[in-house]
Amino acid sequence: MTSVETPGTGTSREVEVLDEAVIRFAGDSGDGMQLTGTQFTNTAALLGNDLATFPDYPAEIRAPAGTLPGVSAFQIRFSNFDIHTPGDKPDVLVAMNPASLKVHLDELKRGGVLIVNTGMFRAKEIKMAGFEVNPLEDEKLSLSQHYRLISVDLNQLTNETLKESPLDARGKMRCKNMAALGILFWLYNRPLEPTIEEIQAKFGKKPEIAEANISVLKAGYHYGETAELLQHTYRVDKAELPSGIYRNINGNDATAYGMVAASKLAGVPLFLGSYPITPASDILHFLSGMKSEGVVTFQAEDEIAGICSAIGAAWAGNLAVTTSSGPGIALKGEAIGLAVMTELPLVIVNVQRGGPSTGLPTKTEQADLFQAIYGRNGECPLPVLAAATPSDCFNMVIEAFRIATKHMIPVMLLTDGYLANGSEPWRLPEVADLPRIDVRFAGPADLEDGHFLPYKRGADSLARPWAKPGTPGLEHRIGGLEKADITGNVSYDPDNHFHMVRLRQEKVDRIADDIVEPELFGEQSGGLVVVGWGSTYGAICGGVNQARRRGLKVSRLHLRHLNPLPKSLGDTLRRFDKVLVPEMNLGQLATVLRSRFQDIRFEQLNKVNGRPFSNTEIREKIEEVLA
Amino acid sequence: MTTTEPAKLRDKDYASDQDVRWCPGCGDYGILKAVQVAFADLQLPREKVAFVSGIGCSSRFPYYMDTYGFHGIHGRAPALATGVKLANPELTVWVATGDGDGLSIGGNHFIHMLRRNIGLKVLLFNNRIYGLTKGQYSPTSEVGKVTKSTPMGSLDSPFNPLALALGSGTTFVARGIDIIRPKLQEIIKEAQAHEGTAFIEIFQNCNIFNDGAFEHVTDKKIRDDLLVEVRHGEPLVYGKEHDKGLIWTGSRLEGVHIGQHSDVLGREVTGEDIVVWDAEDPNPTMAFALTQLREGIDPTPVGVIRNVKDHLPYERLVHDQIHMAQQKRKPRTLEELLHSGRTWKV
Repeated sequence: MTSVETPGTGTSREVEVLDEAVIRFAGDSGDGMQLTGTQFTNTAALLGNDLATFPDYPAEIRAPAGTLPGVSAFQIRFSNFDIHTPGDKPDVLVAMNPASLKVHLDELKRGGVLIVNTGMFRAKEIKMAGFEVNPLEDEKLSLSQHYRLISVDLNQLTNETLKESPLDARGKMRCKNMAALGILFWLYNRPLEPTIEEIQAKFGKKPEIAEANISVLKAGYHYGETAELLQHTYRVDKAELPSGIYRNINGNDATAYGMVAASKLAGVPLFLGSYPITPASDILHFLSGMKSEGVVTFQAEDEIAGICSAIGAAWAGNLAVTTSSGPGIALKGEAIGLAVMTELPLVIVNVQRGGPSTGLPTKTEQADLFQAIYGRNGECPLPVLAAATPSDCFNMVIEAFRIATKHMIPVMLLTDGYLANGSEPWRLPEVADLPRIDVRFAGPADLEDGHFLPYKRGADSLARPWAKPGTPGLEHRIGGLEKADITGNVSYDPDNHFHMVRLRQEKVDRIADDIVEPELFGEQSGGLVVVGWGSTYGAICGGVNQARRRGLKVSRLHLRHLNPLPKSLGDTLRRFDKVLVPEMNLGQLATVLRSRFQDIRFEQLNKVNGRPFSNTEIREKIEEVLA
Repeated sequence: MTTTEPAKLRDKDYASDQDVRWCPGCGDYGILKAVQVAFADLQLPREKVAFVSGIGCSSRFPYYMDTYGFHGIHGRAPALATGVKLANPELTVWVATGDGDGLSIGGNHFIHMLRRNIGLKVLLFNNRIYGLTKGQYSPTSEVGKVTKSTPMGSLDSPFNPLALALGSGTTFVARGIDIIRPKLQEIIKEAQAHEGTAFIEIFQNCNIFNDGAFEHVTDKKIRDDLLVEVRHGEPLVYGKEHDKGLIWTGSRLEGVHIGQHSDVLGREVTGEDIVVWDAEDPNPTMAFALTQLREGIDPTPVGVIRNVKDHLPYERLVHDQIHMAQQKRKPRTLEELLHSGRTWKV
């Protein structure tokens, strides 16, 4: 892990080669930490590292400067091997002000590198952060003993660099994050060119801003070099990833890409009806930029109009989707019932966040599983899917559309804030390997004795025909009142209602015949299997791998289809003595599994603090269960 | 279903095979007939028409039309219809709603539909009562309305639907009455010809829970003095002998007798003094003044009050933007799309 070599560049500095590193940028929400982290990420991706990121920002756009609630952070883990999570404790912490030091210091590894911007460690900011004395001088904290402390006045470094710049004082200060980024690039021996290119592209129309950012970036890099801040620097070589073309992707972008892909696979135009909500809005933004692909995006007046417009578009023959987060999904509940009743293909994406009510808008949680499966009036079943990683959002949204159109049913896809904003390298799929989405619209051939029967069903899927308004001869009426099977006429007949309730359930149940069974990793039977769903995938992989390296016999299985559950699941779980279900809720999947498999005992690991599991937490629980 | 020579559609060809289940004597029957007759006059192809509704007596409308129909959920018809129209702008999309559905639970969708000027045609059945839930007061009930939920009289002021529509920027605003069918048919045909949102308030009698709510404009004994027919380019004249009219006082419209002295004018009124209606005036001030006439004292306006033509409908603008974007960049193949942006090879 720590082979030391001297590079042949003529300098005396030593370069330590690492397998992986975890960096956390932390600062005020106005300090540009998300941008800084993203730039470091893009460069790591280009260098061929495997990586995972965790942006962690406050709900307020600009909480009062210098306060603890205003701290925004971005963590990246990059490596020369296959990784699944953005890491637990950082090796390097960049603290742009006292508040960010206060919030994040506890998690920095002992002996880790701590870079502080002394320019912000002024009496006022120190007090605002709740320190009684300057933490840099506090003997009790003795930062320089516990960490490799690099104290740099980034304010001054920035101002000095930009002496000649036409920017005003405020504009200059906005560049100081680039100084921090420059130092990190020096520390990890990374090239500046990709970042310079991106700055030039971004500020093409404002060359003075581009120039200032580039100057400060270089100044940070050179400062590290000349001041010889540390005795040696680091290198993380590229990972041995499967060959292919890669791009870096976060979950929301992958979701949006998947929607456009589904539209192209089906040959049916895409319609998004949505209302802005954190953390789902980026899907709306992305698709709004896809007009050249024929995508219609409708920013509705509210969540209900978002889904209702999508239902209208689905009826009119579009591939329709609505996107939101928990509180918005609650508002859409009645309309989801309408889509179930009218048996229209629709995809509903819930980018889960901390709840209930407004909850923690920018923090992650997976506590909307019950809402997804049960949260409507009446017997109102629908398929529920969940993505496991940022790039998996692409696959799962295509899967959602495939099921929705094949089975004529609304499908709920669950992602969450952690997947939405976290990013990873994504090996681009071969188009030929993507699933087919075969859409067939009803036509004159569907008439029987001159009549169209809108609720006549396919033998296997029980799907009714998709008849687009505008088609001569297929005029029909649908709606939320109970429908007679086959004719689709309004029916209050008791037997028909009972029949239709069971039929709608059976439509969902039969989807189990049409899904890929989940893969079981590790021993195929034995002491313990860890069952997860959604964004806990990375931490469960990491935790299980750690445990296995310590010799523990533990397998894992990840669910992407939560309703209906895969058919093999019960038999698989019964082959193990114990089943552990880690979730970022109080045990919702565990409850669903218990009610389905009453003979199996489920252990729980639950965490609901707005933050994802660490690998260590999973591994420790595995050790406890197996002890 | 395909014949070599398309037969001329009659009004009953627009009727579905479902039994109409409104109460006998309900004003809805007249509205249904007016729509079917107007559609037959226009020879609208049935497959091109979609009727979308919410919940309430009026919202059963789609079931009775042999067109495409979507009976939605309470208040959401404008949102459902917006999706239909955006997905397929070629369709003629009509919304059937009521005072509770459109102005209470669906009030938000209603005003946003109007401000967007999306090409939907809206029939607001205003009976000033909740019928399907059996007789509670509605957002258009007059103050003091005694109902099951307001035994001592309602306390809150009603919406004026025409004023609300004008305030929302609606480009086509009209009012009709259920039992005055020829006029209603005329309005429906004008609405059909309008691009952008066309809003029609229809005074509709609920003979079970609010009978006679519009007697002042339906009772032949009194209505001539209490009803003014509004026609673009024609003076606002009313009265049995056409001897009354509306003049502009400088701040409002006022009813006067032609040939009699007017205090406002300080002289005898002539036919020249009567306001000639301009439904196409982009400035909605006069239209708003028309909606502020006192019901039962001043004449109540019926007809097309506003019909502004130079606003492109929302769905056109949406698809124009898509077209413009595609002029700049052709739609990509899935392969090209996935490989766009920053990628690298391993």
